[in-house]
Amino acid sequence: MRVQRAAWALVTPALLVIGVFFFLPVLAALLVSLTDFDLYALADIRNLRFIGLANYWHLLQSPAFWQALANTAYFVAAGVPLSLFASLAAALLVNARLARFSALFRTTLFAPVVTTLVAVAVVWRYLLHTRYGVLNYALAQIGVHPIDWLGDPHWAMPAIILFAVWKNFGYNMIIFLAALQSIPADLYEAARLDGANGWQEFRHITLPSLAATLLLVSILTMAGYFQLFAEPYVMTQGGPMQSTVSVLYFMYEEGFKWWNLGSASAVAFLLFLLILAITALQLRVTRRAEAA
Amino acid sequence: MTGRWLSPRLVCLAFALCAAGCHRTAGPDRVVTVWAMGREGEVIERLLPQFRKLHPEIRVKVQQQPWTAAHEKLLTAVAGEATPDVCQLGNTWIPEFAALEALEPLGPNAAKSTIIQRDDYFPGIWDTNLIAGTLYGVPWYVDTRLLFYRRDLLAKAGFAAPPKTWEEWSRMLAAIKALVGPERYSVLLPLNEFEPLLVLAIQQPEPLLRQDDRFGNFRGAGFRRALAFYVEMFQRGWAPPVSATQISNVWDELGRGYYSFYISGPWNIGEFKRRLPPELQPTWMTASMPGPDGPGASLAGGASLVIFRRSRHKADAWRLLEYLSSPDVQRQFYELTGDLPPRRASWRDPRLAENPYARAFLEQLERVKPTPKVPEWERIVDQMRLVAERAVDGKLSVDQAGQELDQTVDAILEKRRWLADRGAAP
Repeated sequence: MRVQRAAWALVTPALLVIGVFFFLPVLAALLVSLTDFDLYALADIRNLRFIGLANYWHLLQSPAFWQALANTAYFVAAGVPLSLFASLAAALLVNARLARFSALFRTTLFAPVVTTLVAVAVVWRYLLHTRYGVLNYALAQIGVHPIDWLGDPHWAMPAIILFAVWKNFGYNMIIFLAALQSIPADLYEAARLDGANGWQEFRHITLPSLAATLLLVSILTMAGYFQLFAEPYVMTQGGPMQSTVSVLYFMYEEGFKWWNLGSASAVAFLLFLLILAITALQLRVTRRAEAA
Repeated sequence: MTGRWLSPRLVCLAFALCAAGCHRTAGPDRVVTVWAMGREGEVIERLLPQFRKLHPEIRVKVQQQPWTAAHEKLLTAVAGEATPDVCQLGNTWIPEFAALEALEPLGPNAAKSTIIQRDDYFPGIWDTNLIAGTLYGVPWYVDTRLLFYRRDLLAKAGFAAPPKTWEEWSRMLAAIKALVGPERYSVLLPLNEFEPLLVLAIQQPEPLLRQDDRFGNFRGAGFRRALAFYVEMFQRGWAPPVSATQISNVWDELGRGYYSFYISGPWNIGEFKRRLPPELQPTWMTASMPGPDGPGASLAGGASLVIFRRSRHKADAWRLLEYLSSPDVQRQFYELTGDLPPRRASWRDPRLAENPYARAFLEQLERVKPTPKVPEWERIVDQMRLVAERAVDGKLSVDQAGQELDQTVDAILEKRRWLADRGAAP
C-alpha cells in the first residue's frame, strides 16, 4: 500500500506535465477539428460553429488533400527504404574489421544530423542549382542534360528525398552500429569455421540479429518521414505545381496561411490515424514473420 | 545581520528608486514599432533621420519581416495580441485584417490631415483601403500590371504603336507568331501566376463576386469572356504553356525574342534596365493594358500603411504615416526602391515624370480597379489559377471551368453568407 502510494507520488509530476502539455492540447485539437474555427471565429468567438465531421468529409473529397497524401506516400515509399539501406550500409562499413579511422567516419557521417536544417538546405539549394549547381556539373560530365531539380515537378520530390536521406541517415546508422557491436563475435567465428562466406554471414547472422533493431528503426523512420515538412518549406515552398506539398505542409497552409484551424486540426488527426494504422500493420507483419 | 540590511529607510529608498525607474520607462518614452517587409524593410530606416529630427521625442523601432512569412506572422501577432503600431500591409490583405477587427479606422485623421489629401491619390488605389466605407490604410506605394513589349518586333510585324483593344492585340499576337515561327511565342502568361488572367477578368463590367460578395460570379459572361481570350492565347500558340520557374530568366528571354509581350509590374523596369545588354535597351518599352473595347483597367495592387487597433501610440503612429506619405519622402523612397508613389504630387518629380518606362504606369494608374474585398480573396484567386491551368491544358471547357470555379468559391464563401444572414458580416 505504502509502496503504491510512493509510486503514485513519484509518477504524478510527470503525468501532470504530460497531461497539461500533451493530452490537453490533443484534446483541444480534437474539439477544434469538429468546428469551423477560422478567421471570423478569431475575430469573435460567437462566429464559431460546431459542424461535426464535416471537416473530415470535405478533406476526403478534396483533390488537393489527396495530392498531398500521394506526395507524402511517394516520399515515404522511396525515402524510408533508401534511408534504411544507406544507414545500414554505412553502419556495416564503419563497423567492418578492415575499416581504418572508424571514429572519424562515424563522426563525419553523423554530422548532417546535428547541423541546422535551414543552413544545410541553403547549401543544398546551391548544389541543386540548374545552371551553377555541382550536381548538374557532375551529370554534365557524363553527358546528362542539366536538370531543373527544384523547378521541375518531376524532379522536385526526388531532390527532396535525396536531401532528406542525406540529412537523416546518420542517426539510424548510430543505432545500427550499436546493434552490430552487440552481436557476439563467436557467432562469426563459428560461421567462418563452417566455411561461410561474407554474404552468408550477413544473411544468416547479422540480419537476424538486427531484426528487432530493424523493426524499431523502420517504425521510427517511417513515422518521421510521414511528417515531412521542413524540407519542402525551406527548399520549394510546396511547389512546383504542388508537387512537394506534403500532408503536414498542407496542414500548415490550411492552418496558418488560410487560418482554417478547424480543417487543419482535422488534417492532423487524419495523419495521426494513418501513421497509427501503418505502424500497427508493420508490427503485425513482423510478428507473423517472426512466428513463421 | 539581515535585519540591519533591511532597515526601513533602505526599503523606502529602494521603493522610491523603483518607482522613479518604472515611471521613466512607462511614461514619456514614446516608441512606435514598425513592421516593414522585404526591400521596403531594408530601406525604411534611411527615410527616418529627418523624422527623428522633426520629432526627437518619438522613438521609431523598425522590424524587418520577410515577405514569405509576413502573412503568417501578422495573423499570429493578431491572435497573440502582439501587433506592432504601424505596419506595411499588402492592400489585398486589408479586408482580412479589417475582418479581424485588428486595424484602426483612419478616416477622421485623414479628413483633418494637411499632408494626406485624398484627392491627390489615384482613386482606384485609395479605394482598396476602404472596407464598407471605412478607411483602414493609407497607400504607400502602388503596384499594377501592364505590358512590357518588344518595340522592334512589333514594328517588324507591321504595327507602329502598342494595342488599345483586345481585338487589336489579337492581330498583333497573330502577326508576331507568324513572324517568329513555331519555336518562339508572342506573349508570356506564366501558368503559376494568377495576375494575367485576373487583369483580363477585372476589365469586364461584371463583378467577380455577386450579391454583396456572397457568391462567385465566374460563370457569368464577363469572366467567361476573359477566360476564353486567355485560353485562346495558348490554343493558338501565341503563349507557351509554361510556368515562370521553367523560364529560368524572363528578362533574357524577352531579349532573345522568345516572347514579345509580357504582363508584369513596376519592379521589372529596373530589372530590364539592369539585365538586358545596352544594344537591346532601345528595343523594349512599357504600355498600358488594352481592354475589351478601348484602353483597359488593371489591378490596384500595392502596399498601404496601417495602424493596429491595439497600438498605444496612435497619435505618434499617425505622425509617422503622414511623414512617410509626404511627396518629398515618397520621392526619396522611389529612388531607394523603385516603388511607384500612390499620389500625383509625387509623380511631378522630374526623375519620374521623365522616365519613359514609368509613363505607361502613370496612365494605367488612373485606370486601376480593386479586387473584391473579402478576406477569402487570396484563396479564391488561388483556385482561379488552378482551374485556369486545367482549362489551358484542355481538361475543362471555358463553361465547365466557370461552373467548377463557382462551386469551389461558393463553398469558400459559405461562412461569409452565414455571417451575413446573422447580420454580422464584416
